[in-house]
Amino acid sequence: MKRQKKARYAAVFFLLLAGVVALSAVNVCMGSVRISLPDIVKSMAGREIDETTGRILWDIRLPRTLAVLILGGALALAGYLLQSFFHNPIAGPFVLGISSGAKMAVALVMVFLLARAVRLSSAALILAAFLGAMLSMGFVLLMARRVSQMSMLVVSGVMIGYICSAVTDLVVTFADDSDIVNLHNWSMGSFSGITWENVAVMSVVTIPVVMLVFLMSKPLSAYQLGEAYAVNMGVDIRLLRILLVLLSSVLSACIVAYAGPISFVGIAVPHLIRSFLGTAKPILMIPACFLGGSAFCLFCDLLARNLLAPAEISISTVTAVFGAPVVLWILIKRNKEKAV
Amino acid sequence: MEYFFWTEQMSVGYHGQPLIENVGIRLKKGEILTLIGPNGAGKSTVLKSIARQLALLAGTVYLDGRSLGRMSGTELSQKMAVVLTEKLRAEMMTCEEVVATGRYPYTGRFGILSARDRAAVSEAMELVHVTEIGERDFTRISDGQRQRVMLARAVCQEPEIVILDEPTSYLDVKYKLEFLSVLQALRKKKGLTVVMSLHELELASKISDKILCLNGRYVDRFGTPEEIFEPGYIAGLFGISSGSYDEENESMELEAVGGEPQVFVIAGGGTGRAVYRRLQRQGTAFATGVLYRNDLDYPVAKALAAACIAADAFEPIPDCAAEAARARIDSCRRVICCKEAFGSFESVNRELLSYAERQKKEIETIGKRKG
Repeated sequence: MKRQKKARYAAVFFLLLAGVVALSAVNVCMGSVRISLPDIVKSMAGREIDETTGRILWDIRLPRTLAVLILGGALALAGYLLQSFFHNPIAGPFVLGISSGAKMAVALVMVFLLARAVRLSSAALILAAFLGAMLSMGFVLLMARRVSQMSMLVVSGVMIGYICSAVTDLVVTFADDSDIVNLHNWSMGSFSGITWENVAVMSVVTIPVVMLVFLMSKPLSAYQLGEAYAVNMGVDIRLLRILLVLLSSVLSACIVAYAGPISFVGIAVPHLIRSFLGTAKPILMIPACFLGGSAFCLFCDLLARNLLAPAEISISTVTAVFGAPVVLWILIKRNKEKAV
Repeated sequence: MEYFFWTEQMSVGYHGQPLIENVGIRLKKGEILTLIGPNGAGKSTVLKSIARQLALLAGTVYLDGRSLGRMSGTELSQKMAVVLTEKLRAEMMTCEEVVATGRYPYTGRFGILSARDRAAVSEAMELVHVTEIGERDFTRISDGQRQRVMLARAVCQEPEIVILDEPTSYLDVKYKLEFLSVLQALRKKKGLTVVMSLHELELASKISDKILCLNGRYVDRFGTPEEIFEPGYIAGLFGISSGSYDEENESMELEAVGGEPQVFVIAGGGTGRAVYRRLQRQGTAFATGVLYRNDLDYPVAKALAAACIAADAFEPIPDCAAEAARARIDSCRRVICCKEAFGSFESVNRELLSYAERQKKEIETIGKRKG
C-alpha cells in the first residue's frame, strides 16, 4: 500500500516533468513560423541558423515560453495557497478578485504614466499589481470575517472583481488610442510581448517565493488540519496567515503585471493535481502544483497562439474552456459528499 | 507531593469579557480531572484557555513548574495534546496519516517521519485499537472510530498532559469504557495527566481523581468525586427541574407523576423498578412500600412514587409504617405485587398483600407467585 503510493507520486512527478519539457519544446517550435527541433538545438549550441528564424526563436519564442512556464506555475501555486488559507477548494486569485484588483492598479498606473510618456519598468508594474492585489485581498479578508460560508466568500470575491474591472474599463476608455490596443490586449490576459528583461525580473520575484512556500510545507500541513489543531502543534498561526496572504498576493501580482488576469488555472490545477496524487500533503502538492500550472498554461498558450493563427486568442478564453468544467466538477463532487 | 499542573487566578472568556473568573485547578502528575456542568457552563472555554487556543484574560497556567504562556509553540506541543470537538480537516488522508500528524512536534523541517516516529504511530494505534482501520479514509469512518483515531493521534504526540473536550460523546458503551480504560492505562504507564470534560456523570464519578464543577458563572466546586457527588448537588448544579438525579446511585429518573396515588406497589429487592417506570410512562400516580432505605428499589421509588413508605435498614419495620401502608392501600383502586415470594423478613409486605386481598382490591401480580 505504502509502496504503491510512492510509486504513484513518482509517476505523477515524472509525467508532469515530461509534460512541461515536451510542451515547452512544442511551444517553441510551433507558431506562425515553424521552427524545427534540429534548428533549435543548433541555435542553442551557438551555431548559425537563418537570421529571421533565430530572431523569432530568441526574441519571441524562448522568453515567452519561459514566462508561461514560470507564471503558470506561480498562478497554480497562488491558487493552492489561497485554497489552503481559506479552507475553500474554489478559492483562487481570479475568483477572489485579487487578479482584478491587481489589474486595476496596473491599468491606473499605466495610463497615468503613459500619458506623461514615462516608460514603466517591470518592477514598477509588479509593485503596482502587488498593491492592487493587497487592496482586493484586504476586502476579501474583511468579508471572510463576516461570512463563514464558502460560497458567500466566493460571491463577494467575484463582486470585488467586477468593481475592479469596471474601474479598469473606465480608465481604458479615457486612455489614448495608441495605449488602448496594448491595454486592452493585456487586460484580457495574454503572454505576448514578453522580453528577456521581463523574464529576468519575474524569475527574481517568483523563484524565491516558490522556495519559501516550499519551506512552509510543514506548517501548512498542520494548518490544513484546522487552526485549533495547528495551534496545538506549535504553529505560529498569525505569522503563517500573514505569510500566506503576502506570498499569494506577490505571486498573483507578478502574473497580472505580465500577463493580465488569467482565470481558472488557480483552481483547476491544484484540484487536478490533488486527485492525481491522491493526497493533499503540501510537501508534494507545492512542487506538483507548480509543474502542473506550467504544463497547463503551456498547453493553453499553445492553443491561444495557434488555433486562429495568425490572430491570438486571449489566454483566459482557453483556460476557461479547460478550467471551468473542472470547477463545476469540484462543486458537484462536494455536493455529493455532503449528501452522503 | 508537588502539584504538576495548576492554575492561578485564571480568568477565561471571549473578547475580553470574562465568563468564568478565578479558576483554580491543582493536579498532581498522573491525575485525571473532569469538568462537569450544564451546557454552556464554560467547560470548553476553560479547556480551550488551558490549551492556549484562547488567550487567558487573567492569571497563569503552570505545567511542571513553568508558565504555559511562556513556552514556545514546539515545546508546548511536545507536552500537551488535545482532542477537541472541532472537526479535524483531513482531506484525502488515511486514518494512519491522521494519527501520524501527532508526530509533528518531533519531525524535522519538512516533516518526514523517521523510523522512531513510525514506531510511535503504530504503537499508539495498537493501544487504541485502530490498527485495522489504518488505511481507511478518515472522512469515511464513523464518529466513534474518528474519536479513537483522534485519541491515537494524541497518544503518539507523547504528551505529558492531554486535554479532551467531550471525548466520549459519540462512542457507544463498549468504546466509552474502552476509551476511558486507555486513559487509565496511559496514566499508569506514562504518568499522563488528563483534563477533560464529560457529560456522562456516572463515568466522571468513576474515572476522575478530581472534578471541577462549572455553572456558567464561576467554579462551583473542585474536589474528589466523593466530595462532589453529595445528595442533591447535581440537581442544583444543572438546575434539574423535570426529573431527578441520584448521586449515590448515579442514576437519573424522569419526572414523577404527581397527584393522588391510584395504584399501590408492593416490591423489594429490585423487583419493583421496572413497574415504577412503567407506571411513570403511563402517567399513573402510585404509592409504594414498605421499602428498606437500602433496597435496590428505594432510589427509584423515591424518585418516581407519589408516596413512598420507607423504613430504616437492618431494623424491624415499625408498626406505624405498616399502618401508613394500609391507609394508602385503602385509598388505591389497584395493588401491584412484584414479589414472587416473600422472605422471612418481609412479613409486613406479605401481610399487606393479604390485607389488599381482604379489602377486595384489584390485584396484579408480576412474575409467578409461589405459595
